[in-house]
Amino acid sequence: MTNKLDRTEIGLLIALPILICVAFVLPKWIVNYVHVSMGTGLVALGVMIQMRAGLVSFGQGLYFCIGGYAAGMMAKFFGVTDFIILLLVGVIAALLISTILGFLLRRYREIFFAMLSLAVSMILFGLLSSIEDLGSTDGFNLPTPSYLGWSPEGETARLTLYTLTCFIAIGCAIALNRFLKSPIGYINEAIRENELRVEYLGTSAHKAVHITYVVAATVSAIGGVLWALPLGHVDPEMTNWTTSGQFVFISILSGIGNIAAPMIGTFILEIVRVYAVEISPNTWQMILGTVMLLTIIFLPRGLWSLVTRAKNSTKSTQVSAQPAGE
Amino acid sequence: MTTILETKNLEMKFGAVYAAKNVNISISAGEVMGVIGSNGAGKTTFVNMVTGHLTPSSGEIIYRGQDITGGETRDITRLGICRSFQIPQLFPELPVIENILIALTIAKQENAVLFRAAIDQSLEAEAHQILARFSIDQYAHQEIQTLPQGVRKLVDIAMATVAEPELLFLDEPTSGVSADEKMDFMRTLIEALKSTKTAVLFIEHDMEIVEEFSPRCVAFYEGTILADGPTADVLADEKVREFVIGSEFHRKTSDQDNKKVSN
Repeated sequence: MTNKLDRTEIGLLIALPILICVAFVLPKWIVNYVHVSMGTGLVALGVMIQMRAGLVSFGQGLYFCIGGYAAGMMAKFFGVTDFIILLLVGVIAALLISTILGFLLRRYREIFFAMLSLAVSMILFGLLSSIEDLGSTDGFNLPTPSYLGWSPEGETARLTLYTLTCFIAIGCAIALNRFLKSPIGYINEAIRENELRVEYLGTSAHKAVHITYVVAATVSAIGGVLWALPLGHVDPEMTNWTTSGQFVFISILSGIGNIAAPMIGTFILEIVRVYAVEISPNTWQMILGTVMLLTIIFLPRGLWSLVTRAKNSTKSTQVSAQPAGE
Repeated sequence: MTTILETKNLEMKFGAVYAAKNVNISISAGEVMGVIGSNGAGKTTFVNMVTGHLTPSSGEIIYRGQDITGGETRDITRLGICRSFQIPQLFPELPVIENILIALTIAKQENAVLFRAAIDQSLEAEAHQILARFSIDQYAHQEIQTLPQGVRKLVDIAMATVAEPELLFLDEPTSGVSADEKMDFMRTLIEALKSTKTAVLFIEHDMEIVEEFSPRCVAFYEGTILADGPTADVLADEKVREFVIGSEFHRKTSDQDNKKVSN
């Protein structure tokens, strides 16, 4: 076993202080986008790790919503505002639900998995939209979180939450990077390629898919809590198919080559959306669609393939620069 | 020699058709055995039943005293029965070394550990050793889909051996390998497996290969066993000649025998 950090993890750790410093340097609106992107980026990471097993989840909004609503309900009905408790409640809710649902979903692949995951998320959408105590389609507000009895206000509250979000998001990304390199993460790649052979090599593809599903759900729920707290609001749109579609969009846009890709992809999507709305307020979705189309045509392996290409060309330049005969 | 696998009255029915009927075979530790039969004779069905891919309609499969009839494929693999495939079942977009590493990772995976790295230097070295044993280490970093069929076959078989099985089924190992290369291919294969002391059952259509590499042979015909015994006896059997190999092979070997005698 090796505990050494790989290049991705070192990169993520270098990004951590930069992200925190951003809050003090850049305009507030950009920082808000970065903050929100870290929450949604974690959900995109959940989609990405499932894609490694060849599974496209069109219902990842389910756990994004479960995280946000579990934290929100804890605050609304029990008056709990402690950040750690709210986060834990979101994680536990997602763990329980995904473990149960995983027994059903782990048996399906390709379009069947995609549609079933979508169906489950839409059931929650329908439920939440009809429960008046949870604000129906309007949702409800969340209070500003406290931290082990300390209740900051104003700018301090914003910066505290932002800093914690940075730590948690980077921590989750490093944990998921390790997950992808673990036996289960490795077997996922094999499942995507040839499930029959995986079984014949002596392991259960269903079990590996189930574990991956639960891990993806957990990280998505963390994303849901981290997204809901700075906005101070949750609503059923979190589990609507349009939201889940965005997470798939991000994964395709960014590619599944590296754990950092969906985090960067989320931020790029947010920026593209901001400018798309600015340029064309009524038809901004068309601009997003065009970006998606161009990405699929010119970068079928996502934006991260640009980084891979650059790395490969550097390597080949180094090789060709070596004197002949050596 | 100790009997490791025994099938008792094994039957497989698809509707009204018997793919296997009354199949009784016992395999001893370290034995090399050829299985012959025309297409649809029940050879692969037999392997599929023993390895858990198909659940027999009736009968028993006993492995080391344990009834494994209808068991899960992965559980049977874990017990020590592995197989290769007629059409290599690989991970086509991954390099050869990654295919072996995945097989090794699964073979060594006792419990699902979530955040521990699966691959380390020692595992990579072991993967290269396995490839070297099958004389395909030079292809280690090539993607499967770029390789010739013979190499794919060897990778497929190498993957089946990483768990160090006690019994290995090879489903038509030389199919897709050119006629000129078949003998060398089998020599490489048998040589690589020699050190493992694995019992090998290989399905083969080329009688010369069966004659050369397997001391024992089983002939299948329409789901039943037509003959089982020393290869020379089975290949000389009247029924086997009539229903399985035809007279051509017999004539060829007879000619060769005559030449030897005249020399």
